[in-house]
Amino acid sequence: MSTTQSSPPPTGQSTASRASGRKPSTRRSGRRSGIGSDRFNVPLTVILIVCSLAVLVPLLVTVNMSLKTTTQAVDGSAFSLPAPFSLEGFREAWQLTNFPRGLAISAFITAISVAGEILISSLAAFAIVRNWDRRLFRWSFFYLLAAMFIPFPVVALPQVKLTGIVGLDNPLGVAILHIVFALAFNTLLFTAFLRSIPLSLEESMRVDGATTWQVFARLIFPLLAPMSATVGIFAFLGSWNDFMMPSLITTNPELQTLPVLQQMFQTQFSNNYNIAFASYLMAMAPAVVVYILTQKWVISGLTQGAVKS
Amino acid sequence: MSAQTSSAPRTRESGSTARSVASPTPVPRRLRRRVDPIYYVFLFPALAIFTLVITLPAVVGFFYSFTNSVGFGDYDFIGLRNYIALFQDPNILSAYVFTLGFALITVIVVNILAFALAVMLTSKIRFQTALRTIFVIPMVISGIIIAFVFKFLLSNSLPALGQALGIGVLSESILANENLAWLGIVVVTAWSAIPGAMLIYIAGLVTIPAELYEAAAIDGASGWQRLSRITLPMVSGFILINTILGFKGFLNAYDVIVGLTDGGPGTATTSIAMSIFKGFGGGDYGYQMANAAVFFLITIILAGLQLRLTAGKASFGA
Repeated sequence: MSTTQSSPPPTGQSTASRASGRKPSTRRSGRRSGIGSDRFNVPLTVILIVCSLAVLVPLLVTVNMSLKTTTQAVDGSAFSLPAPFSLEGFREAWQLTNFPRGLAISAFITAISVAGEILISSLAAFAIVRNWDRRLFRWSFFYLLAAMFIPFPVVALPQVKLTGIVGLDNPLGVAILHIVFALAFNTLLFTAFLRSIPLSLEESMRVDGATTWQVFARLIFPLLAPMSATVGIFAFLGSWNDFMMPSLITTNPELQTLPVLQQMFQTQFSNNYNIAFASYLMAMAPAVVVYILTQKWVISGLTQGAVKS
Repeated sequence: MSAQTSSAPRTRESGSTARSVASPTPVPRRLRRRVDPIYYVFLFPALAIFTLVITLPAVVGFFYSFTNSVGFGDYDFIGLRNYIALFQDPNILSAYVFTLGFALITVIVVNILAFALAVMLTSKIRFQTALRTIFVIPMVISGIIIAFVFKFLLSNSLPALGQALGIGVLSESILANENLAWLGIVVVTAWSAIPGAMLIYIAGLVTIPAELYEAAAIDGASGWQRLSRITLPMVSGFILINTILGFKGFLNAYDVIVGLTDGGPGTATTSIAMSIFKGFGGGDYGYQMANAAVFFLITIILAGLQLRLTAGKASFGA
């Protein structure tokens, strides 16, 4: 960690340009795998393409099943093509699970988690790094880090009771839990990044009479943007895909997120696989589509997070 | 994540002088006298929600682990009786055996496959960007949803294939087989977890200087020698991170199991997390809090052990 945190910009750049490495021959010449100097490794490419089927087949089966009619889907054969094509499954699933509501709840929780994680952790990290000589701030840092050792199941039961008592047994409560359980990791990422930002800029702003808040809002927060992106991506994925917390915390079934809805409707899906798979597809599609459209960016963000740890 | 946690204090204590020389001092002298009060405001939200949402429930839960509370109403203190009963409860013991075994196997499977993929994806291959994009997709899909997809494949498509090929074991759903259901859970968990580990390995592999491989090639090192003498030692730190992160995550196994088997058949695939959550309906709140306390202790001990065993041996590349 100490080796990587001193030089985040180079790593960031290299991963970004690697992810966009459309011209491997120029970029990668003499990098790894000294086999041949400028030729592609064809057997390896073939092996990888075959391996990629392990990822693609379950997804293609999902699409395939979702496009069948109920009468065809009921036999449960994954690889027969839809004949005829039908959007019946989507229509049914949309109404049965009340998809728009589930989507809105999931989006609500995800938006609050992303914004909350970025803001609360970056503010805390800024306060901690700038006051590292103060015991209170130093101890706060270690206190927050302790959360990384506490798995959610350990504190889940008392949390459920507590959120019930204070009226947070709803999506807002779930978002708060997401924020708290990510707090340790996020604060760590932000503090590592903040330590690498030189003080001179900040000092010149202060000489001009800027307050600490202005320094944060106009200088530090914009500088933290790459880290905020990383934190935001992790927050989005963690929050959007989570099943454990919403299923335990939210008591009203009408306020459940998309992943939990899939589980709640299992018995009603029964053998109507087209409806079930249409529902799965609608629940996973938003994240997959966003990822495909922004994959360079997302991969470099995720890698940044990985490198920092 | 556990890796940095405990290495962070150490680095800070021992390396604080080195750091302040190498990097600009984090605190300007002017501020050392008085802390701008607004910093407390910045720090407050984090500390407040952390204390209310984690510390308080943890303390309350620990307190209840010494009672016979059913979750509401009156209760009595019963000392360590919950903890003693825990070690004699076959359901709890089997949950621990299952979860630890599952976590161990999954960590090994995930790390081998993720490392292999990372090595291949950083080699000179065609369609590098497209392939990398595909292999990261599982990371953005919800564990329980993909578990439902695999449940269908494992209980419909695989048995159909098994029957067609005349393989007895495969002709019935492995998820309905008490001795094989865990395999399905390992497969689906690995499917979800490989991309994260793979990205960490890729980040590690690209830090290895090409000169090392060139020098090795000149000395006539075989591909295997390059892997075992250069690549593996250089990324050992990343192996450590992936092992600790993975183990910690897999011990909490829940989503995928709920989707695939819901703990069955019988209680064959009930994880610790699932057994704890039974405290909601089962009326044994105090008992399950003792279970949670033991689980917490095991998590800590395992993370500590992994760090101790590998302390000083890890390298984070160049």
